[in-house]
Amino acid sequence: MKAVILGGTNGIGRAIARHLAERGDAVFLLGRDADELERSAADLKARHPKQRPAGTALCDLEAPEGFAAALDAADAGLDRFDTVIVTAAMFATQDRLEADIAFTQRLLTVNFANTVVFCEHVKKRLLARGGGRLAVFSSVAGDRGRKPVALYGASKAGLSAYLEALDHKHHADKLAVLCVKPGFVKTGMTAGLKPPPFAGEPEGVARDVVRALDRRKPMLYTPSMWQLVMAVIKRLPRFVMRKIGF
Amino acid sequence: MSSRASTVSTALAVAPGPSLSAWGMLPMPGTEIITEDLSHSTLDAVLSRGLGRSYGDSSLPARATDRVVATRHANRILGFDPETGILRVEAGFALAELNRLFMPLGFFSPVTPGTKFVTVGGMVASDVHGKNHHREGCFGAHVRWLKVRLADNSVVTCSPTELPDLFDGTIGGMGLLGHILEVEFTLHRIPSQWVYMESERVPDIDSFISGLNTAAPKWPMTMGWIDCLTRGRSMGRGVLMAGRWAEAHEAPATTPRLGPKITLPFMLPNWLLNPLTASLFNFAYYWRHFQKKKTTLVKPEPFFYPLDAILHWNRAYGARGFTQYQCVLPRRAGEKAVSAFMERLTALGGASPLCVIKDCGEEGRGVLSFPMEGTSIAVDMAVSPDIQHIVDNLNAFVIETGGRIYLTKDRFTRADQFRKMEPRLDRFMALRDKYDPQRRLRSAQSVRLFGDRA
Repeated sequence: MKAVILGGTNGIGRAIARHLAERGDAVFLLGRDADELERSAADLKARHPKQRPAGTALCDLEAPEGFAAALDAADAGLDRFDTVIVTAAMFATQDRLEADIAFTQRLLTVNFANTVVFCEHVKKRLLARGGGRLAVFSSVAGDRGRKPVALYGASKAGLSAYLEALDHKHHADKLAVLCVKPGFVKTGMTAGLKPPPFAGEPEGVARDVVRALDRRKPMLYTPSMWQLVMAVIKRLPRFVMRKIGF
Repeated sequence: MSSRASTVSTALAVAPGPSLSAWGMLPMPGTEIITEDLSHSTLDAVLSRGLGRSYGDSSLPARATDRVVATRHANRILGFDPETGILRVEAGFALAELNRLFMPLGFFSPVTPGTKFVTVGGMVASDVHGKNHHREGCFGAHVRWLKVRLADNSVVTCSPTELPDLFDGTIGGMGLLGHILEVEFTLHRIPSQWVYMESERVPDIDSFISGLNTAAPKWPMTMGWIDCLTRGRSMGRGVLMAGRWAEAHEAPATTPRLGPKITLPFMLPNWLLNPLTASLFNFAYYWRHFQKKKTTLVKPEPFFYPLDAILHWNRAYGARGFTQYQCVLPRRAGEKAVSAFMERLTALGGASPLCVIKDCGEEGRGVLSFPMEGTSIAVDMAVSPDIQHIVDNLNAFVIETGGRIYLTKDRFTRADQFRKMEPRLDRFMALRDKYDPQRRLRSAQSVRLFGDRA
């Protein structure tokens, strides 16, 4: 596998990069902070001194004009990638978003519009080379409109719908699209929030994602317990959803 | 009696709302911020903690609203030089990961504590020691450089030549001088991934001390398990273990496999570990070593980390929680001091099967580092209404001999007794005056022992 990871310096992206490098796959890191990219590349190099060092390039989901150049750099570094993984996104609590509409606009743009645009760039390239794999992190928050994640969840619901359609449309073209729906995972993104039961660790989620990529699955709930949790939540009647705070 | 009981009940009271606990399972109200990004998260934070394996309250917040940063996801390797073995890591890099990645390359941590589930930052803050203390000293002796965030939010680097006072205070300083962000230290080369071990059944405490003394010049690694329950003639009997890394030609060609992951999935009932079951365990453990002396090639995992084989083994003590009493008795107090300590310990009762003895080498450079030349004894105890009484009583003995306790394990020592056993405290407080005059950095332990405001 020759994998590009957007968001590979932090959290689950970092864990996926390590997991892939450990089994000998080539990785290329995209991120918006040059210093962080350098430190993560150094980490991978120290862990696997005999492998081709991970390349890096700047790529910011808030700056779509840079997507093509970043993917060019990744193509050059990996000698044509065949897999792209997107873990980068923005997160904020509902309170924070409601208090700041400008920030809400930024989050909705990054998580939905710009992520979709990034995927369109990736899709074009992968289809041109006969297929490949694209894994994008959506969220269980997109499965049902819920009070505590009304805005963040809406951005992820849109993304999930796009990824599902992409799979329908291009499955026959050997483009495997994986929509990852993580539940609560303890990373910097959720720092400061109280972890609920079944909260995941980045390493476990990374293992699940790589396995799903290998099997070319279209959808993944991780930790797997969340599939059950969401199955129940999706079936709750509206009058219940209005009452509960979840 | 009433004061004893009330201390314990406050310690045991589980506050409503989120709480944090360390290895001894006595929680304190508070939350931790888990993040990869220490350079932001430690701004205005009052305490950093690693994997929460310290037994007592040194990694727990003084107040529920205190900003506590968990470093375990800040775990990148920033550089490694295979020529010199010099490794630079972020503070949350775990020893388990170090072993997994570097043992196959022929490197090992210069010093390892009895569990691999610790972070390198934690190893510095506790200035951990291991089976090779008589040769290699503490972990701090192998640290070359630290990056630290101070209480005023500035970030500085220190080493034996750059801000040496901060460096010495941070080593073994329980995170109270600054947040450890990055650590550079030197790994040791190992000739194989196997350990050559000689173990010997020892009938009593005096033979144990002389056994440790004879083994020290011959073996780079020594330690012993002692039976802390049997009284009388066999008091302090146990198994003495000495080891060294096996040379390449002695070692099997295979690399040692990690054992299966076994987890203690739930809390065992409080009554399960009682004097009877503990004595039965000790009897079995002692006589399992049926031969007087034997030599074997063993894997490093069970040699260094016998208890890591069972994840969450602390649940064996039940919801009452437990503590470890670890002290060092100075050599100048004489060998009789150790047997007198054992007599007091066995008379007080309350000890569990886990009791470890080790001879320590010279004191290191850490201002508050635990080891001093002498004998260290560590014993686990379930928390009971008697625990304060037991700790007070053992502490009184330690003060008489000129010894001290290990802060990383401690939960019950009183401030007045701590002052009596720690003449170095003034020097440490002077460093805090210099680097954190407002005492912004603090822990539940620093409130209990150093007089910080709650």
